[in-house]
Amino acid sequence: MLDIQKIRADFPILKREVRPGIPLVYLDTTATSQKPMSVIQAMNDFYQNYNANIHRGIYSIAEEATAAYEGARERIARFIGIKDPRQLVYTRNTTESINLVAYSWGRKFLHEGDLIILTEMEHHSNLVPWLMLAEERKLRLEFIPITDRGELNLDEYRKLLELTPKLVSFTHMSNVLGTINPAREIIRLAHLAGAIALVDAAQSVPHFPVDLTDLDADFAVFSAHKMLGPTGIGILFGKIKLLEAMPPFMGGGDMIKKVQLCSFTTNDLPYKFEAGTPPIAEAVGFGAAIDYLNSCGMENVAAHEQEIVKYALPKLEEIPGVKVYGPPAERKGAVIVFSVEGIHPHDVAQILDEVGIAVRAGHHCAMPLHQKLELPASTRASFYIYNTKEEVDFLAKGIRKVIDYFK
Amino acid sequence: MDDLYRELIIERYKNPQFKGTLDPHDYSFTDENPLCGDEIRIDLRMGEDQRVKEAVFSGHGCAISQASADLLLESIIGKTLDEVKSLNKQNVLDNLGIELGPVRLKCALLGLKVLKAGVYGLGEASDDLVED
Repeated sequence: MLDIQKIRADFPILKREVRPGIPLVYLDTTATSQKPMSVIQAMNDFYQNYNANIHRGIYSIAEEATAAYEGARERIARFIGIKDPRQLVYTRNTTESINLVAYSWGRKFLHEGDLIILTEMEHHSNLVPWLMLAEERKLRLEFIPITDRGELNLDEYRKLLELTPKLVSFTHMSNVLGTINPAREIIRLAHLAGAIALVDAAQSVPHFPVDLTDLDADFAVFSAHKMLGPTGIGILFGKIKLLEAMPPFMGGGDMIKKVQLCSFTTNDLPYKFEAGTPPIAEAVGFGAAIDYLNSCGMENVAAHEQEIVKYALPKLEEIPGVKVYGPPAERKGAVIVFSVEGIHPHDVAQILDEVGIAVRAGHHCAMPLHQKLELPASTRASFYIYNTKEEVDFLAKGIRKVIDYFK
Repeated sequence: MDDLYRELIIERYKNPQFKGTLDPHDYSFTDENPLCGDEIRIDLRMGEDQRVKEAVFSGHGCAISQASADLLLESIIGKTLDEVKSLNKQNVLDNLGIELGPVRLKCALLGLKVLKAGVYGLGEASDDLVED
């Protein structure tokens, strides 16, 4: 079990008041998580004590910086069940990771008429890169439909697989509905159909134990900032054979072995995909975030969130006029998306902000999913290791206040 | 909250005075704010004196966007098209009587954007239309 009060004490921002006397109730981790002091300190320590560019420096602090940058990669690899850290490419974020795959793997291996399978619950980051590629290469796209409960319809998925896709790209956990998709089964079926599988793990890796070796994912992508780390750094995991066969994404320093005026040879993995000075301080911070989550234990993180969502769902559902979307608590993460009858999500979020509650209102970068749910927009509350049941009560009270206000 | 959701705004949101559609109309235009899913249509009828005789809006959105559109249409009755074209951000804020951050400003200005795109006969409503 996690000691939530002890955890909260590690996050400086949770001590602030939004306005005098109004403490911050942060319920928007799905957008970005807050950062513990250890992550902030690790990045400060880098800038204060061993800031240097990595890889070719001969002097001590450059070696320290390189060791910290690569040490973080090794810890991240272990965290997701990967033995060989060469399979992890540092990117800017989940979005860049998917764009890298679409640009590099997609342009080399996908041809006119080839099929990509996506789902109806994807974030724009796992839609738009494929829409762009499909337009350029005249590819076909199919979408696994969702059920009324907001879960993937696997029978329809099996039918789509008969169309022999080249790629299945899907979210492990929906950033809107909280639905946790059966990744291992989706990947197994994709492989049987001869396709490779990309897992958008932006919402899964931060919230429950994920073993990419066990899932047998071909590609997986996630961001540091959603798992206590800094913005500006993310991960692309790829199987060695795939990464080796892919042409570089961007050209520049560090991604080359040898350059002549009219030719170059690419560097080894993962540096082939890391052109230019990378986010070094951010990698250090990412490593510290991994250490923090390891000290919590991901099973404990998942158990705490499950407890919160089990507590929160009935609390919100019992409020007259509130409709909650998505699967039952045991099949979802700690993301709750809801509507309040007759009140626009912007008004809900604005009035909740008045009492210090930070929730998100809009389409959460998933416009097609909202069209499917027949909602112009929704309000979303999401939870992490630092959230408490008292905050859930506070949210429920806040929503009742919103309803009173508009009555 | 008492600032942002002044009684006037809540009142106009709950009981808009200029809501509906006009058929036939002299001008009609629809646009949306894709960020929040708000959509507003504005229909105008001109009088023989070439001034706005009737103006109504329809669609859906948050309290700020709906109240703002309602107050805006009230303010243009009797105005010439040139006067409507000269309206800007400040007129909308004056109608509402509040200060708004950048996100909610978009909500408040949706009605004006639609109105101006309609009277200029443009294909789409642009942010440039509401700048001072």
